[in-house]
Amino acid sequence: MALAAVDSETRRNYLNADYSIKSWLLTTDHKRIGLLYLASITLFFFVGGSAAVLMRLNLLEPNGALIEPAAYNKLFSMHGIIMVFFFMIPSIPAVLGNFLVPMMIGARDLAFPRLNLLSWYIFMLGGALAMYAVVSGGVDTGWTFYTPLSTTYLNTHVMSAALGVFVAGFSSILTGLNFVVTIHKMRAPGMTWFRMPLFLWAIYATSIIQILGTPVLAVTLTLVALERLFHVGVFDPAVGGDPILFQHLFWFYSHPAVYIMILPSMGVVSELVACFAKKRIFGYSFVAFSSLAIAVISFLVWGHHMFVSGQSIYAGIIFSALSFAVAIPSAIKVFNWTATLYKGSISYHAPMLYALGFIGLFTMGGLTGLFLATLAVDTHVHDTYFVVAHFHYIMVGGAVMGYMGGLHFWWPKIIGRLYPDGWARLAAAIIFFGFNLTFFPQYILGYLGMPRRYAVYPPEFQVLNVMSSAGASILAVGYLIPLVYLIWSMLRGPAAGPNPWGAKGLEWTTPSPPATENFESPPVVTEEAYAYGAQEVSVG
Amino acid sequence: MSQGFPLRPEQASTIARGVDHLYYFLTAIDLFFTALIFFTILAFVLRYRRRSEKQQATQIEGHIPLEIIWTAIPLGLVVIIFLWGTSLFIRNSRPPAAATEIFVVGKQWMWKLQHPEGVEEINELHVPVNQPIKLTMTSEDVIHDFSVPAFRVKKDVVPGMYTSLWFEATKTGTFHIFCDQYCGANHALMRGEVIVMEPTAYEQWLSGGRRGESMVQAGAKLYDQLSCITCHGTGKAPPLLGIYNKPVKLTNGSTVVADDAYLRESVLYPSAKIVAGYPPIMPTYKGQVTEEQLLQLIAYIRSLSPQEGKASK
Repeated sequence: MALAAVDSETRRNYLNADYSIKSWLLTTDHKRIGLLYLASITLFFFVGGSAAVLMRLNLLEPNGALIEPAAYNKLFSMHGIIMVFFFMIPSIPAVLGNFLVPMMIGARDLAFPRLNLLSWYIFMLGGALAMYAVVSGGVDTGWTFYTPLSTTYLNTHVMSAALGVFVAGFSSILTGLNFVVTIHKMRAPGMTWFRMPLFLWAIYATSIIQILGTPVLAVTLTLVALERLFHVGVFDPAVGGDPILFQHLFWFYSHPAVYIMILPSMGVVSELVACFAKKRIFGYSFVAFSSLAIAVISFLVWGHHMFVSGQSIYAGIIFSALSFAVAIPSAIKVFNWTATLYKGSISYHAPMLYALGFIGLFTMGGLTGLFLATLAVDTHVHDTYFVVAHFHYIMVGGAVMGYMGGLHFWWPKIIGRLYPDGWARLAAAIIFFGFNLTFFPQYILGYLGMPRRYAVYPPEFQVLNVMSSAGASILAVGYLIPLVYLIWSMLRGPAAGPNPWGAKGLEWTTPSPPATENFESPPVVTEEAYAYGAQEVSVG
Repeated sequence: MSQGFPLRPEQASTIARGVDHLYYFLTAIDLFFTALIFFTILAFVLRYRRRSEKQQATQIEGHIPLEIIWTAIPLGLVVIIFLWGTSLFIRNSRPPAAATEIFVVGKQWMWKLQHPEGVEEINELHVPVNQPIKLTMTSEDVIHDFSVPAFRVKKDVVPGMYTSLWFEATKTGTFHIFCDQYCGANHALMRGEVIVMEPTAYEQWLSGGRRGESMVQAGAKLYDQLSCITCHGTGKAPPLLGIYNKPVKLTNGSTVVADDAYLRESVLYPSAKIVAGYPPIMPTYKGQVTEEQLLQLIAYIRSLSPQEGKASK
């Protein structure tokens, strides 16, 4: 331990190689770009989170405790746009993926390092445009930009918000492209496809969706812009257009986008469960191929967002069947992770708590998805709080838990320092409890009929809303604690050593933090992923 | 409405009970699998927790029979849920032939309702108990959504087209109408009430609010005012007598059914579909008739086909 500590202070690594601002802003090092993303999305997360806190405060009272409905509409629009496009979608791919994809396959960097830096600048430009929309008066389209409301009826900053999302989309496309090429072409000798960590399978599947889906979003937002600027009328029924067409286009991207958010988390969870149970993942190839199956099916289910939109009954039936199909690969993953624990040697560091939290909350989110795929039940709960609860279980309970777990797992590698495990476990427990208290009551609210996006509501819904708001305040505390101890860890944390968790994988064979060039000499892979049975790894 | 801590809204329509039964079934499946996963994980993490640094895990590749089992069981279950949910949905989507039709126009941020007898109301819908009611709905501006949780019904209300839903209330009382599709600043205030009454009370209410003319009469008056008869009554344009819900041959060789959507389109965009054998001479009435007046005109055209009086699609 002591040796490692001295070592990391003096040894050249990617962090201490150059301290100048310029060296960060012009870096092409995938690890530094990962950290640029980490800083950016953390900022966006807390901006989007503040909006959520204000919303929950307002909903303490049926007539709105805080603000007018028009202001509330801007809050949920801002919350959705920022959280979806500027936090969730870039989260694991752009932060952990950037750092880990080359390290896990034994490469020096991504295939296109400068393109990678460009992706970050494009992302920041998109983020700046979205923030401009927020500070200059806000936008109240919801994150869904439904027409003809967004095109003909709203006078808020729709253009800059839509442009921000449009621009950020290119960052997502380029990152996906970079990962796909890197995984195909730059694997170290011996790193066959079926020796890859499952995180890479998940990132690969995600990248495919990013590349194929995001252009459709770009086209859709372009049409919205053309409609606002020149009244071309594609979506305007007053001149023969079709507002429902927008929904088809929007969800053709935005449903797969849900899997852009959740698949990488599934990849992270596979890594964490394997490491902390000290076991090979049960049914490796089933877990790997279920990621690809989810990616493919995700493109065929968009119509379940439109069961009550007036689309034909037959379209509804087909989309219902296809939506149920997505449940199968998701269930396969959950069962395999659970089975991995069997006869393991399980320890409970903070990352593992997040991973177990993920499995539980994702299971609940996934199962409540069945309600929404069921035509007769969706007819009742569509656009209610049931839907809000469902997708927060997937995106926050699932995707954010996975992100937090991954961040805590690879933090010692990324920063080279440890954080206090006790505080981290406490934060994980607070987040788990606060999350459930926030969102579980919303399932009941939804079945009772409370519509989403309501600034005010009938008084009989108040008790459940107060519970939810109380949960949100606990959840907020849970997210602030890691911010404090991770910053402390960055400055004062004890040195981590190369492999504090005794984990398998090429990234753990390097010192922490790794050198700029990642590996001293190109590694040669001779074993499967998760070869925990092989031989004892020397611990930090 | 209900005391204690309700977990579902009142069951106030013929549809509600069936939806709730399926919901309970899904909840049972949800609870079973959540508990299964939760307790299995709990058992494993307690039983196999690392007691010493030397404790070795037993490495297991996988188990094909297990993979097949936990693929097949969920697959079987979702097939059951799909079939149940879909058959119920189809049943719930088809209005009985005897349903009374009421017309709904949504606009930012109010509901305008029109009974066939001509009575109009705003944000309130009076209906008789135990009688099927069909709502034919459209919007003047953005997309809205007409939802009555106590009836378990919901449908988007879309500008430029007619959507419909139906229900049969099973108990008298007052129930929420919510707009469920975000529609701008006062979306959360676009609420109303369904007031379900005993048939006699309903008749009384209806006669109290009657303002002289039914929807058909209002439509006939419009037909006159807009001088539709100068062409449609003289052979210059297709006659409208008996045309409703009948196939119509177009100049491009195709055939359409003269339903509500077609009639609406023909008034607003006459050049979209030209009937074979007639010149495209009709001017557009877009901007001259409101959504409510359009519905009255359609009601009038329907009344010209007596045998189709009640039919919808």
